[in-house]
Amino acid sequence: MSGMNWQLPLIRRGSLTIWRRNILVWRKLIGPAIVMNFGEPALYLLGLGFGLGFFIGEMANMPYLTFLASGIIASTAMTTASFEGMYSVYTRMVPQNTYEAILTTPLDIDDILAGEMLWCGTKSIFSGIAILLVATLLGAVHSWHALWTIPVVFLTGLCFAGPAIIMSALSPGYDFFNYYFVLAVTPMFIMCGVFYPISTLPEVMQSIVYILPLTHAVELTRPLIAGNPVENPLLHIGVLATYTLIGYYLAVVLTRKRLIV
Amino acid sequence: MQPIVRARHLQKHFPGFTAVKDVSFDIPRGQCFGFLGPNGAGKTTTLRMLLGLSPSTGGELTLFDLDIRSHARDIRRRIGVVPQQDNLDPDFTVRENLQIYASYFAIPASEVKSRITSLLEFAALSDRADAKTNHLSGGMQRRLTIARALINDPELVILDEPTTGLDPQARHVIWAKLNELRERGKTLILTSHYMEEAERLCDELVIMDHGEILDQGTPAELIRRHVEPEVIEIRGMLSDSREIEQLCRVEHIGRSHYCYTHNPRPLLDHLQHQHELVFLHRPAGLEDVFLNLTGRALRDI
Repeated sequence: MSGMNWQLPLIRRGSLTIWRRNILVWRKLIGPAIVMNFGEPALYLLGLGFGLGFFIGEMANMPYLTFLASGIIASTAMTTASFEGMYSVYTRMVPQNTYEAILTTPLDIDDILAGEMLWCGTKSIFSGIAILLVATLLGAVHSWHALWTIPVVFLTGLCFAGPAIIMSALSPGYDFFNYYFVLAVTPMFIMCGVFYPISTLPEVMQSIVYILPLTHAVELTRPLIAGNPVENPLLHIGVLATYTLIGYYLAVVLTRKRLIV
Repeated sequence: MQPIVRARHLQKHFPGFTAVKDVSFDIPRGQCFGFLGPNGAGKTTTLRMLLGLSPSTGGELTLFDLDIRSHARDIRRRIGVVPQQDNLDPDFTVRENLQIYASYFAIPASEVKSRITSLLEFAALSDRADAKTNHLSGGMQRRLTIARALINDPELVILDEPTTGLDPQARHVIWAKLNELRERGKTLILTSHYMEEAERLCDELVIMDHGEILDQGTPAELIRRHVEPEVIEIRGMLSDSREIEQLCRVEHIGRSHYCYTHNPRPLLDHLQHQHELVFLHRPAGLEDVFLNLTGRALRDI
């Protein structure tokens, strides 16, 4: 496409100042943030884990509560990063003109978006720790290996931050994000193995679902929570990392197109 | 001395629309340099090009002898910017706004504290340091934005319509602050469509329209070059406009009549006897030059 600056982004230390800005704002609003982090997963685990779990008993050779908790950890990383990358990033990019102010300093869009993605990943860690705590209290966690979900959740946050920021760069307004939620986030939430093993899906659908990043995040978190060995860890990490890099690159190119005119 | 900004045949074309046609200018160090022009003249686009936030589609542009295309970050490190619309960070207090902005420049923490104290004093906001920015008046927000633009101790400060939307009191305070900055040796670049502002602040200015520079000079030079030195404004129905037109050059806008002349005496004598007319005799100003050069048609872009 013409008029696009496809130059590869450079990630510099300046991006950490953007991350720091966001964490300072988050600290001011810590009350509602914690309620959100703990409240929602607790509802899922109590409501579905115990309620539905009563009838299901075991799934894929583990208690349903463990199965569900390990899926919810991954899916919450997805929704946390998606919300942050859309509503919050868009607010700073367009109505609040925060990026406009930052762009008159030595920082570039490359730095701003790297900082935003790091922040999305960090927020995913916060929500991941909250679920891990709730799940542990409910007796769903079976191994210290569960702590390895923290870096996994960070990578999952990075992976979903890119596409969300791309939506922000393209969006004419907040309503636009409904498309992405309805067409991307919700289908992944339902199909990528959070609530049931994807092996129960028809084969065609399995191959589609296997390209989607949430599937790979769940494949990493589930055995870690259940205390089983992770199969093909490099494949899953590689898929998440690839989505992260491509997402970041396209987000930078599209945001340049929107702001550097 | 080398100019601080040097632009040669600078152009900015968008598909189907040219914002800046072909402008060349030098901005000397230590001056206040103005860009005047109606809405859509290309002023803001020119300023965005100075910051590397709008890549030019032709021509050359250097700041501090550095090419903007290859050194935008180094250049921005030495510039302070006051945008047309305040874009303070609403999530933070007055002091935090300055702290956060300082962090974008990687200014050492030890230095930040003393700079913030003196900038709050400069902006007369010391007692509001812990207020949220959306609790400040328009004038205070502007002063904070100016203070923020100074956090990196810039050599050059760029102000895009610094007093648009402010009440007269606030505007005079901002003017005093900008004069203070110039006395401290900062180079200022400002855009405006308030002629009074430009006349008070600018050592030199360019008048732009439709993406081109129409003329450049000191306010006095421009007035001398483009209009007669004295103006008599007449309000009311003229019964003898032909007679008046023989005494001076007249522009009619509705029921207002602007008479430009080198020798106002005959017209004033003539008007003495017409009691139904209200008139005002004043020296010509930049506004007359501006309207003369850019025309009186409305700009609704």
